[in-house]
Amino acid sequence: MSMPFYVAPEQVMKDRADYARKGIARGRALVAIQCAEGILLCAENPSSTLRKIAEIYDRIAFGGVGKYNEFDQMRIAGVRHADLKGYSFSREDVDARSLANQYAQILGQIFTHEMKPMEVEILVAEVGTEPAGDQIFHLLYDGTVIDESAYAVLGGDAEAISARVDASLDGTPDLTTGLALAASALAGPERTLGAADLEVAVLDRMSVRRCFRRLDDADVSERLAAAGAASAAAPDVASPDAESSG
Amino acid sequence: MPSFAPGDDPGPDFGALLRRVGLAVAPPATPLGPELAITHGTTVVATRYADGVVMAGDRRATSGNFISHRSIEKVFPADRWSGVAIAGAAGPAMEMVKSFQLQLEHYEKVEGSALSLEGKANQLSQMVRNHLPAAMQGLAVVPLFAGYDLRREAGRLFQYDVTGGRYEEDDYATSGSGGLHAATVVKLGYRDGMSRIEAIDLVLKAIITAADEDSATGGPDPARGIWPVVATIAVEGFERVDDAELAERYATLTPAGRSSS
Repeated sequence: MSMPFYVAPEQVMKDRADYARKGIARGRALVAIQCAEGILLCAENPSSTLRKIAEIYDRIAFGGVGKYNEFDQMRIAGVRHADLKGYSFSREDVDARSLANQYAQILGQIFTHEMKPMEVEILVAEVGTEPAGDQIFHLLYDGTVIDESAYAVLGGDAEAISARVDASLDGTPDLTTGLALAASALAGPERTLGAADLEVAVLDRMSVRRCFRRLDDADVSERLAAAGAASAAAPDVASPDAESSG
Repeated sequence: MPSFAPGDDPGPDFGALLRRVGLAVAPPATPLGPELAITHGTTVVATRYADGVVMAGDRRATSGNFISHRSIEKVFPADRWSGVAIAGAAGPAMEMVKSFQLQLEHYEKVEGSALSLEGKANQLSQMVRNHLPAAMQGLAVVPLFAGYDLRREAGRLFQYDVTGGRYEEDDYATSGSGGLHAATVVKLGYRDGMSRIEAIDLVLKAIITAADEDSATGGPDPARGIWPVVATIAVEGFERVDDAELAERYATLTPAGRSSS
């Protein structure tokens, strides 16, 4: 029996991280923004059946980017975790932090022990009754958890999109402004994204129980048009730089 | 966090998931003796009207000859467009309602789309059938299920027997100890295309009559402010009729309507 070649652990980890990053970079991005009405989740997704954004529990939503089968498996595991916890204890005891920690455990375990890391990034968002009570957790392929505030960007080209969101975000926007901001940040200066290219959902702050609600194409078009009209009327308020006016 | 191999996955079935993680409840091994006074819920009614379905239940729970609760609820939303009403052993019935609600929500979240009304009715049928071993030990639960079918655009209602038999009814259904008396009132008063108010009046009269004839059924109790639970399910979804409106309807019923004329 031949001995395998020695590979330094640093190299193994680096190779896995590169592999996962490349897989994630190929996919389209997802943005979550804290709005006055709730947490807006907006993904670039031309499919209207294969979802990137989904409901986990009363006030908790899920977003996934990267390899569809892998993040969908994580989504279902999250729904099961939340429903079992709510059944065993109470609906109030289901929280985003514990779910994010569970995801981190699994992603970390797979990253260090399996041949192939998961090529996914995951978002776990929980809406509070006030914007200050919102929680947004961003999980990386290796199990790293980032506690985000105001907004989060996941997936390919995340840095450029983050910079665009950061440049145009001013305080806590209303839902329509937030949506226009997310759409233009996802599109970048050279493209425009319409309702058909976007998957949009909101965790509604004021709902009594199940807060997750999808916005259909008609609603998204209407809001994008309304925000466009508002920014045309007052260009210096809604588009502080040339980049976000596309 | 639960995870399963691809060939071994419980899918969108919450009951199967509970069994897999060891949270399912086993039925009692022997019949429960009379010394264990089991709390029972009693009369529930459902009837169709022009826009959908109306469901109602009295508020009394009994154990033997004692009234154990004056204000329990027996009519619950199952999801946005359907409701479930229960009669029988109160503990297992509440548990069944909770599991059923969770099952519908779990399915919707895992699959990304809600079950059809037919699918929901069949799910409840399976839950009642799975409950049969416990029913044989004296813990029978016999629910009613009603909802607004968004595909057919009509209200539909289903009744069950302890074996899980599922029977769709055209006009009305009742369950529980006072169900027989309630059914007579609804049968005599029913007509096609009733308005919401007429349907609410009819189920109120049915509960009042059942309470008159059956000691395990509680009628409206204006002195304590305890009213039957009445809910309508139409295209807008499940809506509970508030107590103020029930009090108002009760006041308009003739003395003959308030008793078992």
